[in-house]
Amino acid sequence: MMLNPETGAPANEVVLEAIGLTKHFPVRRKLRDLFNRTHDAVHAVDDVHLTLRRGRVTALVGESGSGKSTVARLLAQLYPRTAGDIQLHGQSTKVKGGRQFRQYAARVQMIFQDPFASLNPVHTIRYHLTRSLKIHHNAGNSAEELEAALNNLLTRVSLTPPERYLDKFPHELSGGQRQRVAIARALGADPEALLADEPVSMLDVSIRLGVLNLLRDLKERLNLAILYITHDIASARYFADDTMVMYAGRMVEGGDSESVTQSPAHPYTRLLIDSAPDPDRIANMLGDAADRGNGEPPSLIKPPSGCRFHPRCPMAMPRCHTDLPVRLEIGDKPGHWAACWLYDEATVAAQPPGSAAAGHSPEAVTVAADAHPEEVR
Amino acid sequence: MSEPVLEIKNLNVDYGLGDQAVHAVRDVNLTLHRGEVLGLAGESGSGKSTLAYGLTRLLAPPGVVSGGEVIYHPEKGEPYDVLGLTDKQLQAFRWAETAIVFQGAMNSLNPVHKISTQLTDVLAAHEPQMSAHSRNARAREMLKLVGISADRMDAYPHQLSGGMRQRVMIGMALILQPQVVIMDEPTTALDVVMQRQILGQLIELRERLGFSVIFITHDLSLLVEFSNRIAIMYGGRIVEEAQANSLYRDSLHPYSKGLLSSFPALRGPRRELAGIPGSPPDLKAMPTGCSFHPRCPRAFEPCAGNIPVLGNPDTPDGANRTVACWLHPVKQPVG
Repeated sequence: MMLNPETGAPANEVVLEAIGLTKHFPVRRKLRDLFNRTHDAVHAVDDVHLTLRRGRVTALVGESGSGKSTVARLLAQLYPRTAGDIQLHGQSTKVKGGRQFRQYAARVQMIFQDPFASLNPVHTIRYHLTRSLKIHHNAGNSAEELEAALNNLLTRVSLTPPERYLDKFPHELSGGQRQRVAIARALGADPEALLADEPVSMLDVSIRLGVLNLLRDLKERLNLAILYITHDIASARYFADDTMVMYAGRMVEGGDSESVTQSPAHPYTRLLIDSAPDPDRIANMLGDAADRGNGEPPSLIKPPSGCRFHPRCPMAMPRCHTDLPVRLEIGDKPGHWAACWLYDEATVAAQPPGSAAAGHSPEAVTVAADAHPEEVR
Repeated sequence: MSEPVLEIKNLNVDYGLGDQAVHAVRDVNLTLHRGEVLGLAGESGSGKSTLAYGLTRLLAPPGVVSGGEVIYHPEKGEPYDVLGLTDKQLQAFRWAETAIVFQGAMNSLNPVHKISTQLTDVLAAHEPQMSAHSRNARAREMLKLVGISADRMDAYPHQLSGGMRQRVMIGMALILQPQVVIMDEPTTALDVVMQRQILGQLIELRERLGFSVIFITHDLSLLVEFSNRIAIMYGGRIVEEAQANSLYRDSLHPYSKGLLSSFPALRGPRRELAGIPGSPPDLKAMPTGCSFHPRCPRAFEPCAGNIPVLGNPDTPDGANRTVACWLHPVKQPVG
């Protein structure tokens, strides 16, 4: 079978790695900027480190505008990067297009958010999948082999019997079925890594889990590395092995999904988790939002100095205004880190947390003194 | 339970006429009580937005209200049927009695007018005797109420963030102090943090001003937290209605159960979830009998043939809830 991945590849092998990945989008200059030297840019992604391993799902969680989709597009080489490196199996790769890009795309495929827009409405499912197979040389040498490969693809994404779907047009399928076709198309390239940019957010709630379960199943059967981009941290906990949280273009926390969601370390992750709807909580959102950080994400043209979350952070210390926090180990689980000065003992000892917060209040300090947010509530 | 403010009786809404008509809303009975938040949940195509537009008579052709009554109980005076109002009466009724915050409200502000113009426009139309000065004062007060400083009055919509635009829309809906506010997916386009801030504010305003809310969304977990009662729609019909808590703890209809287990939990044990197999029904080719039966894990023989009636089930709290499912024999049908 041509579609099978190379068997015998060790599990947890690093497939794709981003090292210090940075992307700035230039801002159109106005007439009055003509004579000064500065070139404004949107700092969409700054210094992102990310590792995708075989057989693991890594989730990238963040609000809109946090740069998570830009990371996916950088990894798919759809945008040129400003700085940093993307390594495929340890080899630095930079492709601009043409044959190089196709070779790269054969190993790293992307699934887009909107299956209503990512399939061409004037072509059948057969056409979409055949193109993917042919471009990546997986179509076989005869019509029978092509037909078998097509059937195999559709069976993989649980669109059975395949004959029922092959000659349909995208508009004849439901949203969930269309997203399955988009996944089948990505699998047609026989990739090692899948970059899924909000693959279920456009789908009806009742079928989202079906698509996520399918992706998980494929991950296990084909030993894929998956990057799952989402704004829904609860689904990251459900689906992903590792979770990274992004805020305003920077990674603020990472680790295995369970420790990131159950004992969030960074104040932003706590805010995100407290804001997620939780039916078990009685409605008392009045007031408790205020001391967990209000306001909105900052402008990325002139991002805040130091930690980008400090203008909203209830535990901000003077150091947060000036110094960019480094990744610090939390210590509860190996690999759980946060980019936050709260976990630097020397800083906390010298400057009480919350002392430089915008809405400085005594409660904020007690919250900060406690490293376990569950006990705070 | 307090007195009703809006009673929907046997409402039917079609798109198109005659044999070609698509029945988007069928035989809906729903009562909104004074001061309560009624959540209306369902997937896309379940008819929840159509219901809201139908009862406010905002449906654009080919949408037609083909039957039913919408009885509105004003604060003073006799109740009347909204569907029977003349154009002039309707004009006075809209916004002053029932306001609506639309889906994607962020984009429903006019980009070429200042916020102040758009806010005072409503006042000028409904209370022409008001002076320009007091209109401005009222608009300023409204902005303050939704947490926007009054110096943003002269801003254009593009100068405000998405969250602020949404607040302006909510302020605008409340400016004539309506009894009923219908919110059609008001926070879907916003991030979770902003969503919580805005909903928190809305609940606070409701406690202060005492209006009732019909809150339409597909996010059931949000509704459980925010609303008093929840009605679940599927294929144009209400399949279950109950207090938010009892629906969450002990839902009767298999569709409600499926919907509730479609949201992974953020706390508690991590468990395998399945969602609901199949896809939502096509309104042009509805299944016979219960429209959920092709996807239902517990379907049995009456489901395919007969449409279940909505009524009080035979459970201890049966008087306070309704369900339309053959698994739960109905003691007393509604309507």
